[in-house]
Amino acid sequence: MGRMATQKSVDDRIALLQGTLDLLILKTLVLGPCHGQGVARLIQRRSEEVFFVDHGSLYLALQRLEEKKWISAKWGVSENNRKARFYSLTAKGREQLVEKTSEWARLTKAMGLILSNQVDPSVEEA
Amino acid sequence: MFKRKRSTDDFAEEIKAHLELEADELKREGLSEDEARRKARLEFGNVRAAHERFYLKNRVAGLDHLAQDMKFAIRQLVKNPGFSITAILVLALGIGACVAIFGFVDAALLEPLPFANPDRLMSVNESSVESPRWPLSYPDYLDWQRLNKSFTSLDVYGGRGYLLRTPSGAEPVHGERVSGSFFQTLGVHPMLGRDFYPGENRPGGPNVVILSYGAWLNRFGARDDAIGQTVDLDKEAYTVIGVLPREFSFAPSGDAEFWVPLNNFSFHEKSRTFYNFWGIGRLHDGVTIQTALAEMKAIAEQLKRQYGITGPELSASVVPLSEIIVGDVRPILLTLLGGAGLLLLIACVNVGSLVLARSESRRREIAVRGALGATRARLMYQFVTEGLLLAGFGSLGGVMVAGVIMKFLGHLVPKDMALNMPFLGGVGLNAHTGTFAAVMALMVSLLLAATPIWQLSFRELRDGLADGDRGAAGRLWRRLGANLVVVELAVAVVLLAGAGLLGKSLYRLLHVPLGFDPNHLATAQVNTSGTVSKNDEQTVVLYREIVRRVSRLPGVESAGMTSMLPVQCNCAIDRIHFPGRPYHGQHNDVDERHVSAEYLPTLKARLLRGRFFTEADNSSSPGVAVINQALAKKYFPGEDPIGRRIANDEGGNPSIWEIVGVVDDVREGPLDVETWPAEYFPINQTREHYFSLAVRTGQDAGTLLPVVVNTLHQIDAELSVSDEATMNEKIDGTQTALLHRFSAWLVGGFAALALILGVVGLYGVIAYSVNQRTREIGVRMALGAQRSSVYRLIMRQAAWLAVAGLAIGLVCSVGTSVLTRKLLFGVQAWDGMTLGGVAVLLGLASAVASFLPARRAASVNPVEALRAE
Repeated sequence: MGRMATQKSVDDRIALLQGTLDLLILKTLVLGPCHGQGVARLIQRRSEEVFFVDHGSLYLALQRLEEKKWISAKWGVSENNRKARFYSLTAKGREQLVEKTSEWARLTKAMGLILSNQVDPSVEEA
Repeated sequence: MFKRKRSTDDFAEEIKAHLELEADELKREGLSEDEARRKARLEFGNVRAAHERFYLKNRVAGLDHLAQDMKFAIRQLVKNPGFSITAILVLALGIGACVAIFGFVDAALLEPLPFANPDRLMSVNESSVESPRWPLSYPDYLDWQRLNKSFTSLDVYGGRGYLLRTPSGAEPVHGERVSGSFFQTLGVHPMLGRDFYPGENRPGGPNVVILSYGAWLNRFGARDDAIGQTVDLDKEAYTVIGVLPREFSFAPSGDAEFWVPLNNFSFHEKSRTFYNFWGIGRLHDGVTIQTALAEMKAIAEQLKRQYGITGPELSASVVPLSEIIVGDVRPILLTLLGGAGLLLLIACVNVGSLVLARSESRRREIAVRGALGATRARLMYQFVTEGLLLAGFGSLGGVMVAGVIMKFLGHLVPKDMALNMPFLGGVGLNAHTGTFAAVMALMVSLLLAATPIWQLSFRELRDGLADGDRGAAGRLWRRLGANLVVVELAVAVVLLAGAGLLGKSLYRLLHVPLGFDPNHLATAQVNTSGTVSKNDEQTVVLYREIVRRVSRLPGVESAGMTSMLPVQCNCAIDRIHFPGRPYHGQHNDVDERHVSAEYLPTLKARLLRGRFFTEADNSSSPGVAVINQALAKKYFPGEDPIGRRIANDEGGNPSIWEIVGVVDDVREGPLDVETWPAEYFPINQTREHYFSLAVRTGQDAGTLLPVVVNTLHQIDAELSVSDEATMNEKIDGTQTALLHRFSAWLVGGFAALALILGVVGLYGVIAYSVNQRTREIGVRMALGAQRSSVYRLIMRQAAWLAVAGLAIGLVCSVGTSVLTRKLLFGVQAWDGMTLGGVAVLLGLASAVASFLPARRAASVNPVEALRAE
């Protein structure tokens, strides 16, 4: 679902794990309410243009998060006077962000351990 | 999760906003307007796919299809208002009739008795050869009660008229005398006050009374302090001790208002051979009806020997109480339910073939949808939805129709009769009828959904595309539709034959020889016990005065009195014997009527021999009798009965009556029963407090009624007058006439509907086939076929269907009529005239139904027909 691709080359595409996009959205919204296009831009910019957000997936993810009540949405007006749907984190979303972030940290740590220790595969069990 | 889903429009709006925001940003980065827009779109990727994914994510596909199908089905129905309205109307009528009749069946046959454990309640009586139910004598009852082991309790009841003293004068009221544990046996407790105490039903017990709810409401204003008050019945004070609950009703007692314990007996009620009380009993658990019957028969036999009662016939009868109450209406209700069921069947077949015909004309649509990728299952769903929708609307309409019919039929039942059918109160839309309606709806839905599916599964979609609407198309439907229409016609024939037979029965019933002229005859019930005429002479003087004054009224030809009017019932029965002939207690049961001298001439009864009574036949002259021809034939075959004597036990005294006249049979009993032997005694010699007045007038009897009532009140204000009606009203209002009329009219209505539906169905089949064969007909005509041969072609097809339906229907109708022969009177199940009439009627109707399309076929222009398409 949460498919992402690098902008620069189709060959450099990194297959991201399920739920990554959700985490990125939550993290982006910590800064304050934002509309879909802003979220997409922010993710792109803050990943130093490594990530290109597939917009269809982004909006579906936003919808999914809204249904889970992790974020809430309401129509508003953007800084340049355009009508836009603004998303903001709910309390539940904040909790989830903390949890998911630590989950992610553990995951990357484990991954790092495995990947850096090529001699002894038994570390996998750690 | 259950909140309303976000709409696709809202989502589209958001996407649009995104594209605009992105374009703005790109412009700021230096792109031109057009470039920015294009790039924004490009970067977003496939907008449509996003929409689609959002859409799919939001719904369960199946439900979505259902909604689509529903929408499509409704559009289909609206697009074809003729089809939809016809189908829904036909279904509503069929289902409505069924549910309504079921309402009555449910109330009458499934829950007839408003008592605790009603299936254990039995009617326990004597039985004789002539009559399966014969009342008990009080001494026999006491012995039965003492000796039996089958019943937890055994009780008797007997109706009795009282004169209630009210501030506005004496009023005749209906009371019921019951033995002490009567209400306990039924399982009924007074809602106010108490039941009888055990001692209160012994001879010489106190005058106490339990009120019906109606009496409490109307005569005591539903006040709690009614308990302890007294009412004056036949000039004796009775203390009110209780009030029966509102839902209490005991059908055999009708609208009895005053329930008194059986503790005061007349001279002859103490006799073992005076049969005056009806028994009810509650069976012990585990005792079957057969066991109880065997025991009671043995007891009856033992008592007969013990007391030397001669005559072999008397025995015991034990039948469920519900049988007594609904026995009469059961065959009628079941017949009506059968009729309604057939009507529903025909309605379903009709709508089914409509659906079929329509699906046939939608072959192309189906084929195209199939070719575009609709799965067979998907197509079937579509048909199921349409079937469900039709059945749903039809059932909804049906329930409304049923409500109306039930109300209407309920009102048709006269009040007097309704009192004996307390179950009528339970008729209406309730849980039972609702469930029944739901089951009907389900069955109809299944049928309507199955019809096109069945057809669909027979056919290759490919063919639909290939052959379009031409040539061999519709062969399958023609076969199927034709079979269905034969079923419809056969059912219509069955209903028509049933209606014809019932109608003929009704006609026969209303035209049985009465032995008197019922026209221009006014009647009223009179009760003199409230008047001052105490002794016999005063009573006779009062009789004379009544006859004199009423006869002098303008337009009145004559007036007479009788203890009971004709065509009511074979009640007031006397057991006679003949002096000089050996007598062993045989049941020589005859109708006994006490009449005034002018009564039989007033009826215009035909005197065959001897004379009528005169005023000279009075208490000081010897007892005389007039007998009817049936009595003369039965007991004096080949003899002249004039001068012979009959003996009975009149008012507890052995009496002898000399026969002075023979009249042609006057129908004293119900219309559908053979005339019984009957004897008439002069009312001046027997003296009755309670009698009916019959007044012959040259004018309309109805307008005379108030005048007669007025005159009677002028003679003595204490005379109570009730039930004033013309003789014809009396006859029409008898249970026999009403039941026959009901069944005849209802089945007649069903039959008319069935005929219309069947003929319309036939028309549909033929018209459709003509449509399909237009090309073929065109070819035939182009090759030289005459118009007459085209007529023959089409009409022959219709004739085959009609004849097949008629033949099957006639065979079936003889079968069903044999099943319902209980309802027939004076006509056989295979009555040739009725069946012939049905055949002619259906034949004519079918001819008209097929002539119209045949004419259309014959007027086909061959050039046009061939050029079409």
